[in-house]
Amino acid sequence: MTRKQKKVFYRIIISAILLAGLMAVTHVVELDRWILLGLYLIPYIVIGYDILWKAARGVYHREIFDENFLMAVATVGAMALAVWQGEEFAEGVAVMLFYQIGELFQSYAVGKSRKSITELMDIRPDFANVEGEHGLEQVDPEEVAVGTVIVIQPGERVPIDGRIIEGTTTLNTSALTGESLPRECGTGDEIISGCINISGLIRVETTKEFGESTVARILDLVENSSMKKSQSENFITKFARVYTPVVCYSALALAILPPLFRLLILQQPAAWETWITSALTFLVISCPCALVISVPLSFFGGIGGASARGILIKGSSFLETLSKTRYMVFDKTGTLTKGVFQVTEICPAGDLSREELLAYAAYAESYSNHPISRSLKEAYGKAIDNQRLSEVTELGGHGVKACMDGIPVAAGNHKLMKQLQLEYMEPEKAGTIVHVAVNNRYAGYILINDVIKDNSKAAITGLKAAGIKKNIMLTGDSRRAAEAVAEELCVDEVYSELLPADKVERVEALLAEKKEKEMLAFVGDGINDAPVLSRADIGIAMGAFGSDAAIEAADIVLMDDDPLKIALAMKISRKTLRIVYENIVFALAVKAVCLILSPFGLVNMWMAIFADVGVMVIAVLNATRALGTKNL
Amino acid sequence: MKKTYKIEVDCANCALKMEDAAKKTAGVADATVSFMTQKMNVVFEEDADTDAVMQAVAKACRRVEPDCEIFL
Repeated sequence: MTRKQKKVFYRIIISAILLAGLMAVTHVVELDRWILLGLYLIPYIVIGYDILWKAARGVYHREIFDENFLMAVATVGAMALAVWQGEEFAEGVAVMLFYQIGELFQSYAVGKSRKSITELMDIRPDFANVEGEHGLEQVDPEEVAVGTVIVIQPGERVPIDGRIIEGTTTLNTSALTGESLPRECGTGDEIISGCINISGLIRVETTKEFGESTVARILDLVENSSMKKSQSENFITKFARVYTPVVCYSALALAILPPLFRLLILQQPAAWETWITSALTFLVISCPCALVISVPLSFFGGIGGASARGILIKGSSFLETLSKTRYMVFDKTGTLTKGVFQVTEICPAGDLSREELLAYAAYAESYSNHPISRSLKEAYGKAIDNQRLSEVTELGGHGVKACMDGIPVAAGNHKLMKQLQLEYMEPEKAGTIVHVAVNNRYAGYILINDVIKDNSKAAITGLKAAGIKKNIMLTGDSRRAAEAVAEELCVDEVYSELLPADKVERVEALLAEKKEKEMLAFVGDGINDAPVLSRADIGIAMGAFGSDAAIEAADIVLMDDDPLKIALAMKISRKTLRIVYENIVFALAVKAVCLILSPFGLVNMWMAIFADVGVMVIAVLNATRALGTKNL
Repeated sequence: MKKTYKIEVDCANCALKMEDAAKKTAGVADATVSFMTQKMNVVFEEDADTDAVMQAVAKACRRVEPDCEIFL
């Protein structure tokens, strides 16, 4: 507990003891009402002086209608009524006491969850080790210039983005990506700040200033996220502003009009006490705290829980929009597929083995740096011995001819085979085909494809389960390749052979088609799709910490490129919004029922306190559930 | 010009009141208060003296919410 909370806590204890003592004493001894008032005022002042003071200040500054005012009026009214009737002095004190208990609990719970959320997001490095004249010096990361060599010891956080110049290690990236698998790094590798160095000592040359580094940018993003308020939050704010005055005037009307009506029209006794009690109960019930506190807390919890899983949401409004998303548009390459070419099929035609065919192709293409030849070399896996190669000629747009161990080899597309006047096989599957001819005879083909990510299928299914009506895939790739991927992933619609500008057009067309309340999200890897990201209702950038434009344009940034995170983000958003609505409905319903019943005298002060404090406590507890992202 | 200040405020409603008060202060183009992160973002009008403006903001906030604190 903070100092302030402790103070309130002691005041609660003291006044509770005093109140209990007084109730016991007055049970036994008969006292004059004014003496009683004097006695009960002691615990009342102990527990409520700050509320009374704030209410008075509020009136003085013309900021009248707030919860302090409500409580002050209700309790002072209850005390006055007690003097009038000569009994029930405890009620006013008890209302104030329970109100303070509720407030204390609420502030404790909120403080606690705020702390756990900020701890989740706390990836700020405290220092950087710079090599100085007297060995290592700990320096504020902000003072380290670009190009400085820093030393990161095992157990320390990488303070600034940079490149390893000495040493190898494993890095724990979980604070950034939510990914628990450690990453191996060695000399020459780029590393990003915020990771934790697990095993080895490394020397790193910084490539960015602290302010431009990943960690500073993430912190900036997260810290500002609660500033972009959602519709629900704004609704509650506006609601509280209208609601409180309305309630106060209604209470006033309830206290005055029915007695006057009885007196003047029905010619009956006015029964002022009954109606004033009703009015006071009405005031206590109506305090809007449960909503004002629990709604932002839910959003904050949702955003915090998401960022712990490597999903950065730039504001609660986006969390809200995401939960209403019904159309998910994907960019193919780099989002659903790895964007890296891999050998997916080796199909020899003659008596060559698969390994031999691959070896010929890898050797023939070994001089080229094209992604295709790189994937061939990678699949081959062994070092290329240049001694075995001779007479390499690249034939632009066709392929390569070379001699391996004195045997002529040709590798390339079907045009090359036609040129060599060889019969070739036509594979059924889509992808890039490398035909190979050995010793002037057709030897088979190797199929190279952009590989679908392991989790793409699960992500699409997960999104469907999370309420997405249509998964749509856009790609610049050929129709055949696109359709093959779409079919495997069960994507609902595919648009292929699109240029970057066509993608914007396509998304605009989709936006125009859908219903207004159904949102459309676009997921891209941030390369070339910043315009689409900003055009969609929600832009989601994946693994985007390379691309500044994507981070700027996107509303949600996924720290790694696991498509399952999209489904997870969707589930978190829906859970958060469900909690928000639960709280709004629950609080309003309890209050509405009590408000309707109170004019008929069916609700006493104790029930009123539950309607206020109890509802608030339940709402706050419910809101803290938003932080949990397990079992989604 | 945009700056972020650390604040201390006890309740969400008080944070809203501070936000309102800050927005109405001369020299402030826009202000947002986050109760959850206990931070105040202030966008200053051009050629505003940020220190003087923030003094005024702090004063205005304390008027509506005596319990609050802005760490300047």
